[in-house]
Amino acid sequence: MEAQLQQLKEEVLQKIEASASVKELNDVRVAYLGKKGPITDLLKGMGKLPAEERPKMGALVNVVREEVTTVLEARMTLLQEQAINEQLEKESIDVTLPGRPIKTGNHHPLTRVVEEIEDLFISMGYEIAEGPEVEKDYYNFEALNLPKGHPARDMQDSFYISEDILLRTHTSPVQARTMEAKEGQPIKIICPGKVYRRDNDDATHSHQFTQIEGLVIGENIRMSDLKGTLSIFAKKMFGDDREIRLRPSFFPFTEPSVEMDISCFKCGGDGCNVCKKTGWIEILGAGMVHPNVLEMAGYDSKKLSGFAFGMGPERIAMLKYGVEDIRHFYTNDVRFLSQFHRTEV
Amino acid sequence: MLVSTKWLSEYVNTQGLDPKDLGEKITRAGIEVDAVIDRSHGMTNVVVGYVKEKVKHPEADKLNICQVDVGEETTQIICGAPNVEAGQKVIVARPGAVLPGGMKIKKAKLRGEESNGMICSLQELGIEGRLVSKAYADGIYVLPETAVPGESVLPLLGLDDVVLELGLTPNRSDALSMLGVAYEVGAILSEDMQYPEASYSESNEKASDYLNLKVEAMEENPMYIAKVVKNIQVKESPLWLQHRLMAAGVRPHNNVVDITNYVLMEYGQPLHAFDYDRLETKEIVVRLASEGEKIVTLDDQERTLKSNHLVITNGKEPIAIAGVMGGANSEVHNDTTTVVIESAYFASGSVRQTSKDHNLRSDASARFEKGVDPNRVILAAERAASLLAELAGGEVLAGSVMVDELDKTPAEVVVSPDFINNRLGMKISLEDMTSILTRLKFDYQAANGLLYIKAPTRRQDIKIEEDIIEEIARMYGYDEIPMTLPVEESKPGGLSSYQAKRRQVRAYLEGAGLYQAITYSLTSKEMSQKFALETAPVTELLMPMSEDRSILRQSLIPHLLEAVTYNTARQADTVALYEVGSVFLGETESGLPHEQEHLAAVISGKWLDHSWQGEKKAVDFFVLKGIVEGLMELLGLSKEVVFERTEVDGLHPGRTASIKLAGEEIGLIAQLHPSEQKTRDLKETYVLELNLAKVLNKEVEALYYAPVSKFPSISRDIALVVDSEKATGELQAIIHLSGGRLLKNVHLFDLYEGEKMEPGKKSVAFSLTYFDPERTLTDEEVVNAHNKVLKALAEKAGAELRG
Repeated sequence: MEAQLQQLKEEVLQKIEASASVKELNDVRVAYLGKKGPITDLLKGMGKLPAEERPKMGALVNVVREEVTTVLEARMTLLQEQAINEQLEKESIDVTLPGRPIKTGNHHPLTRVVEEIEDLFISMGYEIAEGPEVEKDYYNFEALNLPKGHPARDMQDSFYISEDILLRTHTSPVQARTMEAKEGQPIKIICPGKVYRRDNDDATHSHQFTQIEGLVIGENIRMSDLKGTLSIFAKKMFGDDREIRLRPSFFPFTEPSVEMDISCFKCGGDGCNVCKKTGWIEILGAGMVHPNVLEMAGYDSKKLSGFAFGMGPERIAMLKYGVEDIRHFYTNDVRFLSQFHRTEV
Repeated sequence: MLVSTKWLSEYVNTQGLDPKDLGEKITRAGIEVDAVIDRSHGMTNVVVGYVKEKVKHPEADKLNICQVDVGEETTQIICGAPNVEAGQKVIVARPGAVLPGGMKIKKAKLRGEESNGMICSLQELGIEGRLVSKAYADGIYVLPETAVPGESVLPLLGLDDVVLELGLTPNRSDALSMLGVAYEVGAILSEDMQYPEASYSESNEKASDYLNLKVEAMEENPMYIAKVVKNIQVKESPLWLQHRLMAAGVRPHNNVVDITNYVLMEYGQPLHAFDYDRLETKEIVVRLASEGEKIVTLDDQERTLKSNHLVITNGKEPIAIAGVMGGANSEVHNDTTTVVIESAYFASGSVRQTSKDHNLRSDASARFEKGVDPNRVILAAERAASLLAELAGGEVLAGSVMVDELDKTPAEVVVSPDFINNRLGMKISLEDMTSILTRLKFDYQAANGLLYIKAPTRRQDIKIEEDIIEEIARMYGYDEIPMTLPVEESKPGGLSSYQAKRRQVRAYLEGAGLYQAITYSLTSKEMSQKFALETAPVTELLMPMSEDRSILRQSLIPHLLEAVTYNTARQADTVALYEVGSVFLGETESGLPHEQEHLAAVISGKWLDHSWQGEKKAVDFFVLKGIVEGLMELLGLSKEVVFERTEVDGLHPGRTASIKLAGEEIGLIAQLHPSEQKTRDLKETYVLELNLAKVLNKEVEALYYAPVSKFPSISRDIALVVDSEKATGELQAIIHLSGGRLLKNVHLFDLYEGEKMEPGKKSVAFSLTYFDPERTLTDEEVVNAHNKVLKALAEKAGAELRG
């Protein structure tokens, strides 16, 4: 019987060794170690043995069974590992294939510029004011110290609807309306919006374009406050090392009036094609609110003062992103629009 | 304004200052120098030549062989100009010269004959054709006999000069004259001024013996002075005067006209010269024209006058349009011997209107329109008389005829130095302020802590304290202003709720794959109301530039479609755009149109495009509808929104829905009509327009958290058979209404119509979710609720459960 057991052991070990898959090995387990397997049979057959041999034989069978089980489990682990590896191999993909695109659109570049400016000024306590695009001559001109017949009206050839109504030529009427509504109270606003002028569309002119203006009115608002505010704006929009300079200019609604240049962000002031070799780029117009404008809106110009500034998001976008033709902003070519997707440096 | 720096240096010392640096200083002080123009263009080897001999070229009819004395030698030059003659002093570009156009002069052979240089016209030296006097417009320029062969022509022609081009703002009309610019430069450089002189000996005869003056329109013409100069000889002006005019952008004519133009440029005071004998009446009457009266102006145009146009007459008929242009009938000719010089103050508004009505802008009208210096009217007349005596041999009659009711008192401004410093945020000392006023040549007195300033009449822009602030600041230097921020009560800034929501709408749409477009508000009559949600009387321009941009839009869709067509024509296979913008409807009480902010979107082409995985899907109605539903979800409005079939011109009649919010129509969504698609060369294209203002202004409940339940929900699927025409939205509404409080969600998951169905029927499958946040539902409760739903569906929609 011992010899029989030894032979059986050899046989099982051979079968274990020969099993190539988890399934085969499981079959071997069931065939030899299962309830109906030869080892169990041997144990069952022990009853026929003399009583004194039974313990010895029982122990022997158990040893063999344990030995076989250990080998089998080792083999099982190995085969399982192999199986997993095969599966992983089969599931491998070409990771260089393109991903499923998430199609998203983006802001128009002008909106991008406008929102950037809005957010900067909101952080400094400004609110956003808006007004109608079809405007009364009064708010567009007269309330801004441009009475009928004023020579500066020639500067802005306008689209009139009637003698007293026109498409606004700038966003300044929003300032006039806000002042009127605030009835002498301090103001801190940014006014973005569409404006219209009677220009033929070409690379640098557009009959419709956008403007964004700022207005601050309060007690003892000084020109130095304007300069400090504009400097923050220039650094935020065009880089921390930007310097600004103010040049005297003329607008009917401000006195004194200035134009603001920034040091060229491309060459840093040495002179290049962006700044036309001057080292400076003209960015916006500004000034101290003209006392006539304040008085017309019911503000006491001796007690309160203010500053205003205005700029063209088109010009800023053209400078910032190197856009050469203003018409690109209104053609809505997807190849143009989609370039304004990414975040800025 | 073109300012010759050489001419300028006659009034103010600019020595040792490079014209570029001068330009920079002027710009920084407030008058922008747009360009610094070197009139020499770096030319060398351009000298005076004397044409000793001229013979015809044997081989070419139009060419002449000239022997030219160029100082160091006599050399042969071939010249094709029709006006070249022996005995002339001419401009010779010698071999090695480079002319402004880039032309390099070399020795050459022309049809076998040697040519050692070129005899030049003024144009070839870089002078604009419009500035060359008519005599030399089509040929070479002939220099005066006094020119010395071999010497450079540049100083002779005033080309050794740099011109500053000033970009003047409307307030600085004082700088529309050489003297005005000299004042400015003098103030900037702290230099004193040299004033032009007017000195001549008067004749025994009196101007008043020759001429009567009457002004009948004092408001339009408060001051008029006329001087009479006789025995003049009309001829070419001396070269220095001609080249100064050319440098200033004025074409020389003859000495009389040139002198009036010269004084105009010098003083900024327009003058006019009449031929005294051609006046015929010995009388000048200034009056308003009678309606329909006619005059032929110097440019030979007949012009019809209106009753608000001021004219100069000889008592019978107009001889000039005041301040705008002279008449042909009284023009100075070569045979003129006696001239009347007019110097006047014409009111700016009157000149502006007249000049606008006749579309006639002149150097004179430009200055009158902006207002001339009342104190220069006489000075200019005297200066012109003096030059006529000097350069035209004229005899100036004693005195002048004059009408003068012009107020010449300077504007007075009282301002405190503290006010100036407070407004600027600076601490400029009183001494620095008064020193600046002195440099500007403003009269002032400092007393009682105040500055009493009399602004010179040439500076009509100085009227109020703030004007003085600007003068002080710009001369002190804007670079000196410190940088501060407003000192005030700190208040938070921010977006209004509407503005914040609008930004979220944009972000949502962009996340959904749409690009933001901006299109024009002005459109054509045809497109103004197309696809409009709502129409009202249109807002039309009085004077459009084109029919395509003549009316304000009432729908955003047409221009978005244009953008789709544009992109599709450029191989874009998918176009998805949205726009937020106003439409303009009718008229409100204020007279302005009602401006309503709308949102529109268009999508065309593919929606899914995963090329290598083979998944492709064209856009359809439900892609866009899904975007709208998501938007309403975002805004917390989805429960109040319904879509209803409707029909709109230009849209697919079977694929158009009106969008209603709480029963009110606020938008539409549709496929573009196939015939519209065809005319625009588009694939299936879907459009959306929403009244964004209504949507964003709709009040919504506050966002409040609903506890997340620990209890499970139970789902029941139903497949219904209904008539094909039955709207699924209606079924869904019935389910919602009948499901009771336990029914939490209804989801349509299948729709079938086809072979397996009876004709005229379709199968619709919903998944219903029942749920109680407080406890686990019993089967019985669900069955009860579900049965109510089935009953209602059967009764209200004739729906049967599919077997």
